Amino acid sequence: MPARSIVLAGADERDLTKFDEYRAAGGFSALAKARAMEPQAVIDEVLASSLRGRGGAFFATGRKASFIPKPDQTPKPIYLVINADESEPGTFKDREIMLRVPHRFLEGALITAHAIQSKNVFIYIRGEYLAEFEVLRAALDEIRAADLLAGVTVVLHRGAGAYICGEETALLESLEGKRGQPRSKPPFPAISGVYASPTLVNNVETIATVTPIIEMGGAEYAKIGPQDSTGSRVFSLSGNVANGGNYELENGTTLRELIYDFGGGIPNGRELKAVIPGGSSVPVLTPDQIDTPLSYDALAEAGTMFGSGAIIVIDDRACMVQLGLRVAQFYMHESCGKCTPCREGTRWMVQILHKIEDGDASQADLDLLLDVCDRILGKCLCPLGDAAAMPVASYIDRFRDEFQAHLDGGCPMDGASSLDNLFAPVDQHHHDPVPDGAPA
Amino acid sequence: MSALYDEIRDLVALYPEARSATLPALRLAQERYGWLSPEAFREVAEGLGETPAYCMAVASFYDMFHLEPIGTHLVEVCTNVSCALIGAQQVLEAFESGLGVHAGETTPDGNVTLRTVECAGGCGYGTVVVVDHRYREHLKAEDVPAIVEELRAG
Repeated sequence: MPARSIVLAGADERDLTKFDEYRAAGGFSALAKARAMEPQAVIDEVLASSLRGRGGAFFATGRKASFIPKPDQTPKPIYLVINADESEPGTFKDREIMLRVPHRFLEGALITAHAIQSKNVFIYIRGEYLAEFEVLRAALDEIRAADLLAGVTVVLHRGAGAYICGEETALLESLEGKRGQPRSKPPFPAISGVYASPTLVNNVETIATVTPIIEMGGAEYAKIGPQDSTGSRVFSLSGNVANGGNYELENGTTLRELIYDFGGGIPNGRELKAVIPGGSSVPVLTPDQIDTPLSYDALAEAGTMFGSGAIIVIDDRACMVQLGLRVAQFYMHESCGKCTPCREGTRWMVQILHKIEDGDASQADLDLLLDVCDRILGKCLCPLGDAAAMPVASYIDRFRDEFQAHLDGGCPMDGASSLDNLFAPVDQHHHDPVPDGAPA
Repeated sequence: MSALYDEIRDLVALYPEARSATLPALRLAQERYGWLSPEAFREVAEGLGETPAYCMAVASFYDMFHLEPIGTHLVEVCTNVSCALIGAQQVLEAFESGLGVHAGETTPDGNVTLRTVECAGGCGYGTVVVVDHRYREHLKAEDVPAIVEELRAG
């Protein structure tokens, strides 16, 4: 299947970070079109497009917008909060969208604000994304100068380093100036979001897709890709692949096409061992499954998830126990500590995986690890616990022999794994202060 | 009134509730002082109308806030899965030997703090190393000595 530029359209030919270039390429015509429409008609176009959220949950975007009360149904202001806190390991697509088509993204934000009749937009961008913040700030200044805000206030709000703030209720807590700990739902943000007011939370790519949907019409967009996953996605490809990077492709493209045709295959003459298809939180696939189309239903049928559209390619040098350990270490580090199964469970997972990797574990330890995963799954306030348990349980399930070999005599790769000697941030939680006498 | 007071009040004015300016105000203080000292927390608290304890409780949740002094330069090596698969360990080790410190430590002259971080979001362009908040991508161990030199020079 050929590449399909919709969200990133034109960015290879022109510098679309410049307002004039974007406008010359037809930019902001969708905004004018949307503002000439009734707000509900804009939502209807998005409904017709069957667009589903690109952040990871793949919830129907038009439906989510429909949950927001109309101004005459609520005494409170209505907020649009855009989740630019991209941090799922393997995912770097929103970054590319903000860097290369900031105006298309901001246009989508203004269209969406019109659709839900909101005058208040917050963009919560991860703190590490400094260059992206600067590009967005410059683009927003240009839009303001061109008088296109029409009374809408757009605030760029920078995070400060916390994966969990990508979870929508944790994000809202953080935006309110608190520790980023998820809220229990219900109430859902549509009813009680930021400042206990109706709030629509959408991902960057979702919002950037609203612009071309209004341009071409929802029905046209719905013709692209499979019915369950219409349109395109900006897929993030990384790991043991020749040409890592972002590729905007029609949904339904197969993993094989992405990895081999676009990504140039596995370098250094190595063999494919496993593929993580939707960010580090989703179950792993094996080489026999790489003809699976990148669509919601097909990936579910293969036993995994579409997630954030981030594909991590793993070659035959990687030890799957070490991979599980590294993934568990990440989620342990990022667990907010609010609910017990995740806070304690991720710690237990790390301890047991260490023991297995070191060759000190017995069958009972492996059983305990699976038991811990089971006691996390579905039992946490937010999806972070699941995000740790699901992939690790899948590694054990798909690579049982490799885990078994560790029990029988330590790591079979014996110091030759690509993941040997990894040092995770969780092991340096507190860094040493500057030595005495040194300048601060 | 503290030196930061007026700037923090400008941040507060962007939001319906003052508390929303907590992260921006903490960032402002950290950019000014290099880290969040007890005095910095007092200044932020004053500007926000919160207590220093509240500000510290929030700051301690987020990895980008430094509750202890750090070096003049900050080097952050991503060791998450995508970077790890293509040699993040070797890049980290090259920094450790070049700087003479372990991850999590600061050079004795206070010039550079080295640490590992979780996924920086540059996965297709690994190994990603963030030097003073700017991304360096596609790094291999052999690229590290030049960066170490650059940090020593200034």
